[in-house]
This record gives sequence, structure tokens and C-alpha cells, in this order.
Amino acid sequence: MIVARPRQRADAKLLVVGADGSLSHATRRELPEFLRRGDLVVANDAATLPASLHGVHGPTCAAIEVRLAGRRTLAATDFTQCTALVFGAGDFHGRTEDRALPPALAAGDRLTLGPLQAKIERVLAHPRLVELRFNASSAEVWAGIARHGRPIQYAHVPEPLALWDVWIPIAATPVAFEPPSAGFALDWRMIAALCERGIGFVTLTHAAGISSTGDSALDARLPFVEPYFIPALTARAIRRTRDRGGRAIAVGTTVVRALEHAAALRGVVCAGASFADQRIGAGTVLNVVDAVLSGTHEPGTSHYELLRAFIDDSSLREAGAALDAHGYRTHEFGDSLLVERGEARGAAANAPLARQREHQSSRTIRSPAPCR
Amino acid sequence: MAQTYNPAVRGRSRTDPLSGLRIAVTGGTRGLGHALVRAALARGARVALVARDPDRVGRVAAATEAHGIVGDVARKEDIHPIALQITGLLGGLDCLVNNASSLGPVPLRLLGDTDCEDLEVALATNLVGPFRLTKALLGALAASARENRGAVVLNVSSDAAHNPYVGWGAYGASKAALHHLSRIWQEEASALGVCFLSLDPGDMDTELHALAVPDANRSMLKRPEAAADDLLDAIAQALAKRAAWRPRSGATAAAKIQTSLS
Repeated sequence: MIVARPRQRADAKLLVVGADGSLSHATRRELPEFLRRGDLVVANDAATLPASLHGVHGPTCAAIEVRLAGRRTLAATDFTQCTALVFGAGDFHGRTEDRALPPALAAGDRLTLGPLQAKIERVLAHPRLVELRFNASSAEVWAGIARHGRPIQYAHVPEPLALWDVWIPIAATPVAFEPPSAGFALDWRMIAALCERGIGFVTLTHAAGISSTGDSALDARLPFVEPYFIPALTARAIRRTRDRGGRAIAVGTTVVRALEHAAALRGVVCAGASFADQRIGAGTVLNVVDAVLSGTHEPGTSHYELLRAFIDDSSLREAGAALDAHGYRTHEFGDSLLVERGEARGAAANAPLARQREHQSSRTIRSPAPCR
Repeated sequence: MAQTYNPAVRGRSRTDPLSGLRIAVTGGTRGLGHALVRAALARGARVALVARDPDRVGRVAAATEAHGIVGDVARKEDIHPIALQITGLLGGLDCLVNNASSLGPVPLRLLGDTDCEDLEVALATNLVGPFRLTKALLGALAASARENRGAVVLNVSSDAAHNPYVGWGAYGASKAALHHLSRIWQEEASALGVCFLSLDPGDMDTELHALAVPDANRSMLKRPEAAADDLLDAIAQALAKRAAWRPRSGATAAAKIQTSLS
């Protein structure tokens, strides 16, 4: 497949996979024509952190790259602790899979990351995955990563990406570790076009995590637990849309994950902050989301698995063949796919919530704020 | 913790729309910007200030409750790190004040004697910088509007944007362009619920004015504190109007955008 340059393209393409498995080729600009008056588009407005920090492992003086990969909260005032992936020497021109392991890491190791000092609190059951604590206030961490951090880079993009390359137009709060890239489809003109057609537009904030760790054992654990926040007006708009027979259109897999997690708790989407910890796949019953706008993804990735909740495997295979045959651009900055939920796929009415729970890990589910 | 994370309900008082407001002020360590920072804090706002000099930023931040951010809006590379820190430290943004300004050549010169580089500096600071920073923060401002907090961009203008004062070519042309940028953005962003203001604070007793007119009679000049109060009142007024806004009311403006772009 063709790899895209890291910028918005006016000629970006859109493949629409209908609820009946039918395929339609269009330009991404034409997205609103595949939506109906009364539908609601829900996007993730997370801005992307410069989460890649080069530095030095104190005990060995070895060069390392730390990729911040998770926080336990979205709160701005609590940025002293992070889960992180640690790579050995090298840079993004090599594929993540080929990157050297870091030196042996142990709790208590000091890391120097540009202007920031950090300490490894724990190694998390993998030689690359650690819990970090910065030796700085949250304000100092913000200043430090703003100065020293770079966006996580991709081997398939030859030029280094700057922060302005990875912020989607609606980027608001910087909590994502990699861009919620489906949102590149939404520019302000597109949002005006939705509004004009009577299609609603709302957002939530979901700390999109890293898409690949370079290690198959770790990749199998993706996506990690991700904090999200659903504003009250967004929750209300979703309930109202469903009451009136409109559809909820998720922009990106993170939005599917957040909305379905919130709905699994109570059967309807409630406002508030929580942690998405479930995996979504072929067996998942979708309670809220009627269609997903996404990038193109390869079989085996967690993103592809999520699409399997929307439509049967043979339709997905046909869509994949059509993407290849028509030269769609893949990866974070590529073309888009709109997948409607198949007619036979669990509508909320016949979805026993108990089945949802099977797909969630044993981690304690924290309740969002009560619905108002 | 996450359970208490809810940017939409952080203590906004009913009396002053500025209470609890998340506001960023560029050029926040001197003159009008410094006065805006102190006045906004006094009215209960949560403030991030941006300025170039690390020592001054540190001093002003230490003396107030404001977050200090070091950066130069005239530098392209500084814009996203500034935007990242603003939205990171404040957890979003309700109001951006593009106040940092450059006079261009000092002392002032006739246009025919103005170095091109001096004009470029004035444009970079007074026009392109505010454009870039506003664009980087437009997502955060629109999010604030969607959550009914209101969203305001105040671009600090000047009567030199309207009147052709001899010697004020670089400054006046850049401020005129900024004023027009504000007007067009106001038309385009009203559908999003983001309000653009372009206001002239008047001739003030500031370092910038002293550079431009060293022999001015200072007693005739407005105090920056008085100008800051006026500007904050204008922001409060815009926010109060915004309270009545609902996304649906933007449909007409959205249709206008669609028509003019197609």
C-alpha cells in the first residue's frame, strides 16, 4: 500500500462499507453525504503530547528513547507519573520492531531526559515497559516535555514529524500519546458542512495510547487502559440522538472504546471520567455506536479487531481487497474508512449487558459520574 | 484523580464571568499584558502568561498565581510548545489574549527608511504569531464553546490600525492586518461559538509607548491597569452573550461558510 505524507490532503479518499456489506468509493470531503440529518458525529478532541523523550539511562550511561504511553488520569495537575516504553539507541528511521532493547532496567534507576530527571518506579512485567516518576512538579514536566519532547515518530514517514503535524484540527487538551488519527478527516469546513446538514457534532476526550510497541508480546496487550472524559452535553446529545432514531457516528476507534465502555456500565452513555479497559472484537455487542470512521488497518492489529465488531469478516476482507486494488493510503496520515454496523450486529435492544462484561478485563471498573 | 476530572464544572461564580475562566495572555510580563494578568487573577481567573524572557516570566509567575510559559510568538517553532503548555497547565482554554506586540523599527522610521527585516519582525509578532497561536488553540476554544463555557479571542489592536500616523508604518500595517484577520475570523468562527474581539486599549503609559514616543507627556496617558479593566469587561460581556449560544444557532453561519467555499 501507499504511505501518505504527514499532512492533510484535499484528495483523501473514503471507502464506505455499508451495513449490508456494500462498498462505495468516495472522496473524504463527501463524508457528510453518507450521513443523515439527525445523525451525531462524535470525535476525540485530544491533542497529542510530544511523548518521545531521548535521554540517558543513569546506571549504564546508555542512550535510550522513552515513549510515554499512559497516565492514570487526564488531570493537568497530575503529570508526575507515567507508564512508558523504553527503547535502546537508534531513532525512528528503523522500524519499531527492529529497535534494540534498552539496557536492563530496574526499579530505582535514574533517567536523564533532556531537562527532566526521572526514576523508574517499577518494571511492568516486560523489559521495555516501566512506571516512571519525574523528579519535578507537573508544571515543570509540562515545560520539560514542551522543550525536549518530540511526537512519537513513524519509520514510514521519512521526515521528522513536528507537533503541528500530529495535532488534528480540533485538537484541544493534550492527553493523547499518538494522534487520534481518524480526526485528521475533520477540518473546520467539514464541521460546518455537518452543521449545515443538520448533523450534530460533539466531542469527548480520550487519551489515545501508542499504536505499536515493537514487541509482539506487548502489542498483544494493546490497547492499554486509557482514561477518557465524556462532557455532559456530549452524553446528553448521544441519548437524544438515539431517542430520535439518529445514529452515533464515532470518529476513530478511541471514541468507540470510550462510548461503549461508558454504555456498558449503565446501558446508556453517562457523562464523566473513567478508564476504557475493554477489548473490542468480533464478539463484542455494540450498544451505542452505529458507524465508525477510521483509518485503514491491517488484520491482527487491535484497530482491525475493533472493526470486526461492526461487520462480518467476509465484508471486511472484501473492503481490504478494495483498499489495495484502488491504491488507498494506509497508516496514520492516510485515507479513511467508514464502516456501518452490520444489520445483524447487536443493536442495543437485544444486547444483554452481561455479554459485554466478558470482554472486559478483571480490572475494577470505575463508575463515571451519575447521569443527569 | 480521574473521578474529579471535569473541566466543565470548575468553580465559575455566577457574579463575574471571569471567575474560573481559563485565560492565556501573551506578552504577559510587561505593560498592558502584565496588568491583564494581575487583573484577571484578581477577578478569579486561572491565568497562563507567555513571554520571551525566562527571568521575567519566572519573576512574574512567582509573584502571582499565574502559570509562566517561556516562548516567542514570533517564532514558528515556539507556537505548539506554547499551546501545549497553555492547554496542559489550564486543562483547556476559554480565552486567548494576543497582546504581545512589536513596534517594528525603534526609533520609529518613515516607511521609506524602514528595513524590510523590521517590517517582517512586526508582522511576525503582531500578525503571523497571533494567527498561528490562535489556530493551534482553536480546537481548545471550540471545545470550551461546546461545553457552554464560552470562548473568546481578544486581539489587542491600536488606533494606528485605522489612522495613517507618520512613522508608524510597520506597526500600523501589522495591526491593521490583525484587525481584519479578527473580523473575518469572527464571521467564520461564530458558528463554533468562538467570539473574536479586536480592541484598541488607547494610548497607555507602557514601555512600548515610551520606545515609540520617548518625550510623551506621561500624565496624559492611560494607566495600563485601567485599560486592562476595560478589556476584561469586554471579555466578560462577550462571555455573557455567549451563554445564550447553542450549536444549532450556528447553522446559518455554517451555511454561509459552505456557500462561500464551494
